[in-house]
Amino acid sequence: MLITEPHLQAPDDFYEALIDTHRDLDSAQSHALNARLVLLLANHIGHQQVLLQALQAARASTPRTTQV
Amino acid sequence: MSYSSDGAAIQNHSFAYARSPDQDASSPPHHPVVVVGAGPVGLSLAIDLAQRGQRVLLLDNDHRLSSGSRAICFAKRTLEIWDRLGVGDAMCAKGVEWNLGKVFFGDDLLYPFNLLPETGHQRPAFINLQQYYAEAYLALRAAELPLIETRWKNSVMSLQQDEPGAEGKVRLEIDTPEGPYPITASHVAACDGSRSPLRAMLGQESTGRVFRDRFLIADVRMQVELPTERWFWFDPPFHRNQSVLLHRQPDNVWRIDFQLGWDADPEEEKKPERIQPRVDAMMQQALGHAVPFELEWASVYTFACQRMQSFKHGRVCFAGDSAHGVSPFGARGANSGVQDAENLAWKLDLVLRGAAPLALLETYASEREFAADENILNSTRATDFITPKSEISRLFRDATLDLARNHPFARRLVNSGRLSVPATLHGSSLNTADRDTFQGQMVPGSPVADGPVEVDGQPCWLLRQLPANGFSALIFDGPQTPALLAMIEIAAEGLVPLKPLVLSASGVAAERFDALPGTLYLLRPDQHVCARWRQASVVDVGAALRRALAVAA
Repeated sequence: MLITEPHLQAPDDFYEALIDTHRDLDSAQSHALNARLVLLLANHIGHQQVLLQALQAARASTPRTTQV
Repeated sequence: MSYSSDGAAIQNHSFAYARSPDQDASSPPHHPVVVVGAGPVGLSLAIDLAQRGQRVLLLDNDHRLSSGSRAICFAKRTLEIWDRLGVGDAMCAKGVEWNLGKVFFGDDLLYPFNLLPETGHQRPAFINLQQYYAEAYLALRAAELPLIETRWKNSVMSLQQDEPGAEGKVRLEIDTPEGPYPITASHVAACDGSRSPLRAMLGQESTGRVFRDRFLIADVRMQVELPTERWFWFDPPFHRNQSVLLHRQPDNVWRIDFQLGWDADPEEEKKPERIQPRVDAMMQQALGHAVPFELEWASVYTFACQRMQSFKHGRVCFAGDSAHGVSPFGARGANSGVQDAENLAWKLDLVLRGAAPLALLETYASEREFAADENILNSTRATDFITPKSEISRLFRDATLDLARNHPFARRLVNSGRLSVPATLHGSSLNTADRDTFQGQMVPGSPVADGPVEVDGQPCWLLRQLPANGFSALIFDGPQTPALLAMIEIAAEGLVPLKPLVLSASGVAAERFDALPGTLYLLRPDQHVCARWRQASVVDVGAALRRALAVAA
């Protein structure tokens, strides 16, 4: 149900916009913005199973601290 | 003490210890039911049992009612239970009704809410009433019932149960100012509060999670023109980075909760000179000026959500705070305790009459453990939002509040408390699963919704029409009615009394039940739905009744 195949309408444009949205913010402000963004996008998606899959996928991609 | 006594008189009232003939008996006298603890839960249980015709011995180790206002928010379902117990009108006459609340963030109103957005219910979403008033009215009601014997300054010292089984007994050793004496009981209800001595005597614990924070809870008497609404502030200017909660109580007393943080010193914070500037700053914000006030009572609390693993141990059932505890945001403590008492009373009654097996009491534990988990989940979530305990939890909490200023979806996520609603007992073994399709909330396991109805041409409230003590069949009127009335008599024969109530199949109440002519709802003595059909047969009703009694098919 969670789409992980390419689905962004304008991938590079989106990527730049995301970084640009953080322009002039310090680290704490950026983290706060990301949290707000997560909530806004989550609400837009709405579907609980999709959201849970996204949470699980994000958790599974956590980098290991010891890795060569 | 009377229904018109004021709060000070009630808190000062002292019940007399009186020697009982049991203390001079040559062998331990036997009681069918002993209720330990004359708080709101124990009193409610004793009254319910007595109304069902059971003789009750109610023991309390003290001789006074609650001192301090303590539990103040009594929910609609509790009021409906108390209506059945004969104290609802007294509670609502004295209590302050409220349905509305507001949540503030910083200087701004985030959003208002209404806990009873539909009309057509007799009782409001909540009343606020000091616990000592609630206990006084329950105690007065209990005193009207000759089947209840209350013994004050009777403290259970030890408890022994013999082998489980139909003839089992509990032996209690009770201490009094004149020395100890033994009794036996067929059943014991432990309603002895959060530090339950009976729980400890059985080697049990109530376990869960403590929230690392402290709250100053104060009762402040002042004359102010503020609406009767639950007001909750996140990060107000008068108490930065913390939360504040405000409730109106009777007698111009206001309950104020100030979040203090874990590092606060409880002894310092309770001092009037520390509290005064907090209240002044708050009134300055709310009204534009300080107001004179008297501090009636203040204490500093740390909250926890916890429960016993099982609410039943042999012939001892635990109800209220002895079984489970929650943080107060959501008012799910006393309210769920009174619901425990309602669930237990009819089951104990039928088991004592031989109309149901001991297995029915096991469902008290399973149903109320299920409800406790729901209350703990909701209270925990609210407390996590109010007192986020990790950096990331705080980050998301603050993000939610920031978004809530401008975006409706975020207001729905803001959690200053998910206020008490009675649990729907999904998955209970006493429920009969739907065969037919129904819309709406009245699923098996749900508490019956109130609604305006007409009986004998008189407008009245549905819940007040249900029999006080037994099973009932709601029949929504149609050509099938005479046949259904005859059928239910046959279905219930040899089981339990089953009273019909015929209602119109049109109107608000019928809509709440998604009723058509001929729809039949089978209701438990605690006003919960156990089964429903579009076309009930005698086999259907008989089987559902047996299931609700935990009788083997």
